[in-house]
Amino acid sequence: MATATHNAWKLFKTAPPTAWFGLIVVSIYVIVALLAPFFAPYGETEIVDVAGLGVGDSEKFLLGTDHIGRDVLSRIIYGARNTVGIAFVTTLVTFLIGAVAGLLAAVLGGWVDQILSRIVDTLMAIPPLIFALLILTIVGTSVLNMIIVIAILDSTRVFRLARAVGMNVVVMDYVEVAKLRGEGLWWIIRYEVLPNISAPLAAEFGLRFCFVFLFIASLSFLGLGLQPPTADWGSMVREMSTLITFGLPTPLFPAAAVALLTVSVNFVVDWFLHKTSGLKT
Amino acid sequence: MSAILKMISQRLALGLLTLWVVTIIIFMAVELLPGDFAEALLGQAATEETVAAIRRELGLDQPAFTRYFLWLGDVLQGDFGRSLASDRLISELVGPRVYNTLFLAAYAAVIAVPVALTLGVLAALYRNSLYDRSVNVGALAAISSPEFFAAYILVYFFAVQNAWFPAIARVSETTGFGARLEMLFLPAVTLTLVTMAHMMRMTRAAIINLMASPYIEMARLKGVPRGRIITKHALPNALSPIINVVALNLAYLIVGVVVVEVVFAYPGLGQLLVDSVAKRDMPVVQASCLVFAVTYILLNLLADILSILSNPRLLHPR
Amino acid sequence: MTMKELERLYAANKISRRDFLAGAAAVGALGAAGTLGAPSARAATPKKGGHMRVGLGTGSTSDVLDPATFDTTFNQVLGYGTLRSSLTEVTPEGDIGPEIAESWEASPDAKTWVFKLRQGVEFHDGKSMTVDDVIASLNHHRGEETQSAAKPLLASVEEIRADGPDTLVVQLAAGNADFPYYMTDYHLAILPSDGEGKVDATSGNGTGPYKLESFEPGVSAMTSRFENYFKGGDRQHFDSFEMLALTDTAARTNAMTTGEVDYMERADLKTVHLLERRPGVAVLKTDGTQHYTMPMITTQDPYTDNNVRLALKHAINREDLLEKVLRGYGAVGNDHPIGTANRYHADIEQRTYDPDKARFYAKQAGMENLAVNLSAADAAFAGAVDAAVLFREHAAAAGIDVTVVREPNDGYWSDVWMVKPFSMCYWGGRPTEDQMFTTAYADGVPWNDTFWSHERFNSLLVEARAVLDEAKRAEMYYEMQQIVRDEGGVIVPLFASYVDAHTDKLAHGAVGSNYALDGFKLAERWWWA
Repeated sequence: MATATHNAWKLFKTAPPTAWFGLIVVSIYVIVALLAPFFAPYGETEIVDVAGLGVGDSEKFLLGTDHIGRDVLSRIIYGARNTVGIAFVTTLVTFLIGAVAGLLAAVLGGWVDQILSRIVDTLMAIPPLIFALLILTIVGTSVLNMIIVIAILDSTRVFRLARAVGMNVVVMDYVEVAKLRGEGLWWIIRYEVLPNISAPLAAEFGLRFCFVFLFIASLSFLGLGLQPPTADWGSMVREMSTLITFGLPTPLFPAAAVALLTVSVNFVVDWFLHKTSGLKT
Repeated sequence: MSAILKMISQRLALGLLTLWVVTIIIFMAVELLPGDFAEALLGQAATEETVAAIRRELGLDQPAFTRYFLWLGDVLQGDFGRSLASDRLISELVGPRVYNTLFLAAYAAVIAVPVALTLGVLAALYRNSLYDRSVNVGALAAISSPEFFAAYILVYFFAVQNAWFPAIARVSETTGFGARLEMLFLPAVTLTLVTMAHMMRMTRAAIINLMASPYIEMARLKGVPRGRIITKHALPNALSPIINVVALNLAYLIVGVVVVEVVFAYPGLGQLLVDSVAKRDMPVVQASCLVFAVTYILLNLLADILSILSNPRLLHPR
Repeated sequence: MTMKELERLYAANKISRRDFLAGAAAVGALGAAGTLGAPSARAATPKKGGHMRVGLGTGSTSDVLDPATFDTTFNQVLGYGTLRSSLTEVTPEGDIGPEIAESWEASPDAKTWVFKLRQGVEFHDGKSMTVDDVIASLNHHRGEETQSAAKPLLASVEEIRADGPDTLVVQLAAGNADFPYYMTDYHLAILPSDGEGKVDATSGNGTGPYKLESFEPGVSAMTSRFENYFKGGDRQHFDSFEMLALTDTAARTNAMTTGEVDYMERADLKTVHLLERRPGVAVLKTDGTQHYTMPMITTQDPYTDNNVRLALKHAINREDLLEKVLRGYGAVGNDHPIGTANRYHADIEQRTYDPDKARFYAKQAGMENLAVNLSAADAAFAGAVDAAVLFREHAAAAGIDVTVVREPNDGYWSDVWMVKPFSMCYWGGRPTEDQMFTTAYADGVPWNDTFWSHERFNSLLVEARAVLDEAKRAEMYYEMQQIVRDEGGVIVPLFASYVDAHTDKLAHGAVGSNYALDGFKLAERWWWA
C-alpha cells in the first residue's frame, strides 16, 4: 500500500501545471459539493431578501439574489452538489452501459454485434432531445428517471467508440493467444482489451461529463429538468437569462461554474491521455 | 470499388430497416404520452363531447394498431398525409422547414468546420504552447456553455449593444440570400461555438496520436519541417476519425438545434417537432423524425465512405 | 433637484420614466416632461398610416384560423380582433357596445334576445354579410359534431333564427341577462357562410379591420387595411399590421430592445423595471380579470374538510407573491374569482397571511401536522412553480408541510389540472360574474375544478342570471363571492395584470381590459403618434 501511495505521489509530481490546476479545481468542487451546507451562507431554498438584487447591491449577498429572493451564491454552492452529483452519476452509468455493450459487441462479434449495433443505430437516429422529451413526459421527471434516460441515450455514443477501438484490439495477436489459451470472456475483456482502450474512453469521459450538464440545461429550456426548488446550474442560467439583455452579470456565475469545471476535468483527462499514450514530445 | 458499392447497398437496406423501427418507436412513444390530439388541442377547454367529436372526425377513435398500419400503408405509397392540427399537407408544412434547417446547418458548418480543423492542426503543430493551451481552454469554455446562454451573450453584444445583426431571424420564403446570411449570422456563430470544440479537439488528438508512429519519426529524422510532417504525412492518416467526428457534428447541426431555433424565433424543423409533440400531431411528428433519421443515416454512411476512400488500406482490404 | 438634473438622470438610465414624471411634477415642469412620450401621445388625435409589428408571447405551429379551437394569443389577436368582428364588443371603458349588432333587447324574463344587425357590412372578399352568416357562425359552436371550445357557452341556446334580413332572434332555455356579453367571446367571431349553414372558418375571410396577406402558423402573419371596413374612419389607423410569434421571453425582450418589434406582449416581470428604463420603450400595465388560482379537489381528502381549506387559505402570503411573482404588476386575490375590474366586485374584508389562524384551522381539522402535495408547472402561468415554492416557505411557518411537485408543461391541462388534488391554475377571467361562476364554480359543470357543490350558491347563481334589476343582482353576486371566499375549494392568491411593452411612438386611447392586448383589438385601436 505504501508503494502505491508513493507511486501516486511520484505521478503527481511529474504532472504539468494544467493538470495540477485541474486536480485542485475538481477537488474544490467535490469538497464544496459534499460540504455545501457548511459553505453556503444561506439555505438552498431559503427566501432571504427582496428579489432581484444585483451583484454588489448588498454586502450580505455577494452575488445578489435571484428572482424570488434567494441568495445566488448559496444556490450556486448547493447547485454544485446537485449538478455535479447528477452529471457524475449519469456519466458513470453511461460508460457502464456503453462500454460493456460496446466491448461485448467487439469481442463476441457475429449476431450479438449485429443486434446491439442495430439497436444503437436506431436510438441514434432519433433526435436525443426529442426522445428524452417524449420518454420523460411519459415516465415523469424524477432524478432517477432523468439519470437513466440520459444515460441510455448518451451510452449510444460510448458504445460506438468502445466498439470501434475494441475491434482494433481484438484482432491483436495477444488477444488471439488468450482466446486459444481458453481464457473466459470477462478475463479477456478485463485484462487484455480494457487496459488497451482506456485512453480514448477517458478522453470521451471528459466531454460526455460536460454534455450531460448541457443536456439537463436544454431539458430545463423545454420545461423539464430537475424538480424545483432544487438548485442546478443549467436551470439557474435559464431562469436568469433575460438579465443578459440588460447586461447584468448574475447569470454568468452559474455558467462560469460549469465552464470552469469542464475545463478542469478536461485538463486532468488530457494529462491522463498524455501519460497513457506514452508520448514523449 | 465494388466492395464499396456492396457496402453502400447493404447499409441502405439496413437504413430502411432502422427507419421502420424508428417509426414504430415514435408511434408508441407518442401514443404513450398522456392525452391525445383532441385533448391537447382543446387544453383547459376540453369537454368529453367535443373531444369525442374531434376523434371521430380524424379517425382517432380507431385502435392504435389500425392507425399505425393505415399511416404506414399511405407512407409506402408516398403519401405522408396531413397535419391533424392545421390540415395542411405534410410536404407543404415540412418542406420549407427542412430547407430552413439545412440552410442554417450548412451556414454553421461552412464556418465551423474549416475553423475547427485549422485550429486543431495548429494546436497539434504548436503542442503545449501558450497558443495550444488558450485555444483549448477557449474551446472547452465555449462547449460548456448552454446553447441558449451563448446565443443570448452574442445577441447582447452584436444586436443589443451594437446593432450589427438582427436579434431574431424572421426569414420568410421571399427573404433573399444575402438577407438570410445576415439574419442567420448570430445563430450560425452560436452553433459554431458549441460544435467547434469537439471537432477541434478530435483533430488535435488524432494528429498527435500519429506523431509517435515510426513513419513520422522517420520523416522527422529526415529533417522534414514540422508543419510539412503534419499536413503531408499525419493529416491524411488522421482523416478517418476527423471525418467521423465532423459527420457527428453535422448531424447535430441538423438534428439538435431546437434551442437555437426557439431563441432566434427561426422557423426550423426542431421547433415544428416540439410543437407537434405538444399537440400530439402524429403525422407531423413522424415525418419530422423520419427526416432527422434519414439525415443521420446518410451522414453516417457518407462518413464511412469518405473514411474508406481516404484510407488505401481500407479501400483495398487484404 | 432641478429639471436639468432630472433630465440627466433620465438620460443616464438612472431613474425610470415614472420616477422622472413624478420628479418633474414635483419641480413644476410637467409641461416639459410631457414631451417624453406616451402621456402626451395619448391625448393626440389618431393619425393614419404606418406599419405595426407585434411580438406575441404564445403561438404555435399548430395554430389555425378556425375560432373554435383558438388557444394562443397569436390566433386570438389575429382571428378575433384583426380579421373578424363579433356581434357585440366590450369597449375600452369596459361597457358593452355595438359591433355587427347595432342594438339589442331582451324579453322581460331574459329568455329571448333580439339583435338588430348593421346593414352594408362587407367581407374581405366583397360578399355582403347577411343574417345567415351570423346564424351559421353561432351554429359552428353548437350541436353534436362541433369541435368548439365555446360549446358550453352556447349550451343554453335553444334556437337561433332570422326575423327578416336584419334581425337575429336567440331563444334561451333559461333567462340570461348577460347574453350580449357572451357574444363578445373570442370564439364567436362572425364568419362567411356557404349558404348551406356551414362556415368558412379556415381562409381568414372576415369583416374585420385588416385582411390576411399571409399566415405561417407559429411564425408570423401579415395583414393589410381592409378599405371597406364598416367602422371606417375612427378605427384601423395602420396601413398594415404584422404579427410575430416570439415564444421565448428573452428573444421577445431582445426584439423589443433592438426595435425589431414595436409592441411586445408579456414583458418579463423579472426585468420589466430595466426594460422600462430604456429610452423609447414604454411599459403598459392593464388590470383585467385574469387571475391565478390554486384549486383543491373538495371531494378528495383532506380537502373535503373546509377547515383544511381555510388553513391553507390563511397559510399563503399573497403580498409576498404579488411582490415576487408579479413584481407588483397585479393585485392580491381574496379567494374568489371576481376582481375590481368586474361590475359587481364585492368589498369583502381582505384575507391576510396569518400562520396562527392557519395553525388553528389545521388543529380544528384534527391535522396538526398537515402535509400536502402541490402540483405545479409553468404551463399554469408564468411563475407558477416559483409561486408554489414561495407558498411552501410561507406554509412552513404555520407548521404545514407543502411538497412542490413539478409536473411537465406538456399535458398539464389533461393530466394534472382537475386530476391531482391540489394544483396551480389560471383563469383569463370572464367579462361577467355569471360566466365566471357558471364556468368554474357551478355544480357539475365540466370545468368545476374544485368539484365543489354548494346548495345556496347554486340556487343564487341560477336566480341571479335572469334578474335584469342591477341593484338586486349586485346583492346576489356579493353573497356568492362571500360564500366562495369562505367555503369554496380554491385559493385565489393573485389577480395578474397584463404587462406589455411598446415603443413610445405608438399612441392609444383607453386600453380595454377584457382580454390581453387591448381586448385583442389593438390592430384597430392604436396608431402611430
